[in-house]
Amino acid sequence: MPSSDDEADRIPLSARPEWSDVRPVPQDDGPNPVAPIAYRDEFRETMDYFRAVYLADERSRRAIDLTTEVIGMNPGNYTVWHFRRVVLESLNADLLDERDFLDRMTMRNAKNYQIWHHRRWLAEKLGPEVANKELEFTKNILALDAKNYHAWSHRQWVLQSLGGWENELDYCCMLLEDDIFNNSAWNQRYFVITRSPLLGGLLAMRDSEVGYTTEAILANPQNESPWRYLRGLYKGDTSQLISDNRVSELCLKVLKTGNSYQFALSLLLDLLCYGFQPSEELRAVVEALRNSEQEDTVSSNLAATVCLILEITDPMRLNYWVWRRNNLPSQVC
Amino acid sequence: MPRRIALRRSAAPKTRDRRIRATTTRREARREAAAAAGRCSSSGLPRSGSSTPMESSPTHSSSSSSSLSPPPSPPDRQGRLTTTQLEQLRVEQEVFGIYRLFHGVAPHTRSFMIELWRDKHIEFLTRGLKQLGPSYHVLDANRPWLCYWIIHSITLMGESVNSELEGNVVQFLSHCEDRNGGYGGGPGQMPHLATTYAAVNTLITLGSEMSLSSIHRENMLKFLLQMKDSSGAFRMHNGGEIDVRACYTAISVASILNVLDDELVKNLGNYILSCQTYEGGIAGEPGSEAHGGYTFCGLATMILINEADKLDLPSLVDWVASRQGVECGFQGRVNKLVDGCYSFWQGGVLALAQRLLPIVHKQLESSFISGVQASAECKKSCNFTAEETGQDDNLCRDGTSHPENEGELSDFGFSYIGRHTECDPLFHSIALQQYILLCSQVLEGGFRDKPGKQRDFYHSCYCLSGLSVSQYSWSKEDGGPPLTSSVLGPYTNLLEPVHPLYNVVVDKYYKSHEFFSTL
Ligand SMILES: [Zn+2]
Repeated sequence: MPSSDDEADRIPLSARPEWSDVRPVPQDDGPNPVAPIAYRDEFRETMDYFRAVYLADERSRRAIDLTTEVIGMNPGNYTVWHFRRVVLESLNADLLDERDFLDRMTMRNAKNYQIWHHRRWLAEKLGPEVANKELEFTKNILALDAKNYHAWSHRQWVLQSLGGWENELDYCCMLLEDDIFNNSAWNQRYFVITRSPLLGGLLAMRDSEVGYTTEAILANPQNESPWRYLRGLYKGDTSQLISDNRVSELCLKVLKTGNSYQFALSLLLDLLCYGFQPSEELRAVVEALRNSEQEDTVSSNLAATVCLILEITDPMRLNYWVWRRNNLPSQVC
Repeated sequence: MPRRIALRRSAAPKTRDRRIRATTTRREARREAAAAAGRCSSSGLPRSGSSTPMESSPTHSSSSSSSLSPPPSPPDRQGRLTTTQLEQLRVEQEVFGIYRLFHGVAPHTRSFMIELWRDKHIEFLTRGLKQLGPSYHVLDANRPWLCYWIIHSITLMGESVNSELEGNVVQFLSHCEDRNGGYGGGPGQMPHLATTYAAVNTLITLGSEMSLSSIHRENMLKFLLQMKDSSGAFRMHNGGEIDVRACYTAISVASILNVLDDELVKNLGNYILSCQTYEGGIAGEPGSEAHGGYTFCGLATMILINEADKLDLPSLVDWVASRQGVECGFQGRVNKLVDGCYSFWQGGVLALAQRLLPIVHKQLESSFISGVQASAECKKSCNFTAEETGQDDNLCRDGTSHPENEGELSDFGFSYIGRHTECDPLFHSIALQQYILLCSQVLEGGFRDKPGKQRDFYHSCYCLSGLSVSQYSWSKEDGGPPLTSSVLGPYTNLLEPVHPLYNVVVDKYYKSHEFFSTL
């Protein structure tokens, strides 16, 4: 890491009067360390002072300032973060200042476990009134990387623990409008429709969600996200999945286009494995696809035919589709 | 004090001689490959007219090359490409460029490119053990991980560190061990489950009695119990985060050290189950997005506590199988970019699932809704019997007949690899090897996420682990020597097999199992 300007101007701890009473504790790497890191002097020195303060369990303002310096150099040091929390609690420190510090740290290290864990601790202490601020913050992070896993986890935790569900479905819509392939946004959408206390749960939402998802699929049938989402709308309710005509009709519609129909076949295969009875039209469309692939093998079993087509059109998963064909439930026709 | 880092050849009889080489040809080949690599990585922007990546794949030379084209990625409704599509296209161009190049170069260069550059990797890895530069201070709380990534990689390639270095590693890790159990990220740091996993796997990989006996198992159990949360899950460290990674590292360590007990297992299966998402994969915590790393951790945990049949396995397998893309490697999540490390995380899940397929089949069978709408005609023609669809109490819970010692929780990791499988891998193992060798392998040694990224020890470890998993994926018995047709490139590319539940080399696992089961 290149030194930044403030690092260049940094006064060594040993030259600061306020630290003169502390005897630094060097790291005990043993006589023959492996994978030793050639620490820069300032890193080594700061860690040496940190160890001294940590071992003495010194809960002071300067201890917090020291952890700020260590975290700035290595935000992955969970021991330092833990000690910082201990001291912050002991001193009843101003947690809004802590949040400002954390905002700056997160902007620079948006994919660090410790930073997000600390944020959760902090938000829990600050309570429901910071819900909107936290949602706003994750929104800013997600504006830079709409799939940041930590940011999404934090956002979900905020919603569940502190509230702020009011605009969440709109937020998902906005992100999906921007990038319909954003699977994290689809996952959040599922989270909202199943868990928001304001929406009535999956059953209440299913109807309108099927409509939204169908539209997304027809616009981009090669987009796997809405296909998985559609299955999810019937999770734990396969009898509804196979009896809701909108699902099989969607498969039919996509299959009829003759393009990007792999996910339609995959869903159809699942339907058949659950006991779905295909219409003559659906049968005919699938048979036609097989003919276009010039397969001579005759199968009276539509599910097997679906597998055979996938074996040819999706060769990366050849073994998988063969396994599916050989493991169809015995009652499938 | 002078330290000498040296390697010694594995004493195992299967050590392969790879010294017979025409060095001048190799040097030329390396030069040509380097020049070629420079040519294709210089293009940062999508180029037109490159839509047939897989036709150049060694696995697909014969049939239907046109159907192997990448999805056309048409613009969305507004007629523009989204961020996801643009990033995906950029990576596809880069990867397909490499595959086209591979098929365009002279034969000796081609055979060089598809070779595992062992010497370069060993050089890169051993240099890391000896000394790391100042920029590694950001991994100062991950030092047992560095040991594991490097030493596991070296061992996968059939090499081992000499006894002096082995002694140093044992000594160093004991400086990371907490007085009250568990290992921290460095000397004096709090014990942490992930670094504990890395330290234990390192010591098992070293394999000597000195190394294995250096682990304080009673303290370890105490530490693991302290990390157990009332939800049934584990937290990473005192006051740390709770997630599926923490659960896996805790259970893996407990299982391999033979200290797994009912208290550690209590309610854990339900927690992992609550992390399986509507997509089929497993998330880091309930509600989050299905993710390759967590899916591996979750499934491995469930197998180790013998509760894998609680998961929705058909949807899990379907989700993972769908993660291998046109680039031939795996992505971590739906609509994300390919990354070499998922060769192990996702490939490992499918390797694990390969020995669970009887349960997957049984779940598929029982999810059929019979009688609701099935016509009488159809039922007649299907000719099913009660034994095929009903729950037979005489079968083991997973429907296979492997022997298990009831009540011995630590044995599930052992009995698992003893299982025979009749099934082929559920992923394209040759295509995966192609991605690892041509796209992740770095000419100077080491492996990377994808072309254009820097190599690192983490990706070296998980690309090699994934390579091993794919090479052995056709073996019906665990660790049986694969056919030449299962190994892409020269047969000398063959690595040591791993125990896929723990990701340690199988020989080392057996040795540790013997050691810890007699204690
Ligand atoms: Zn990676």
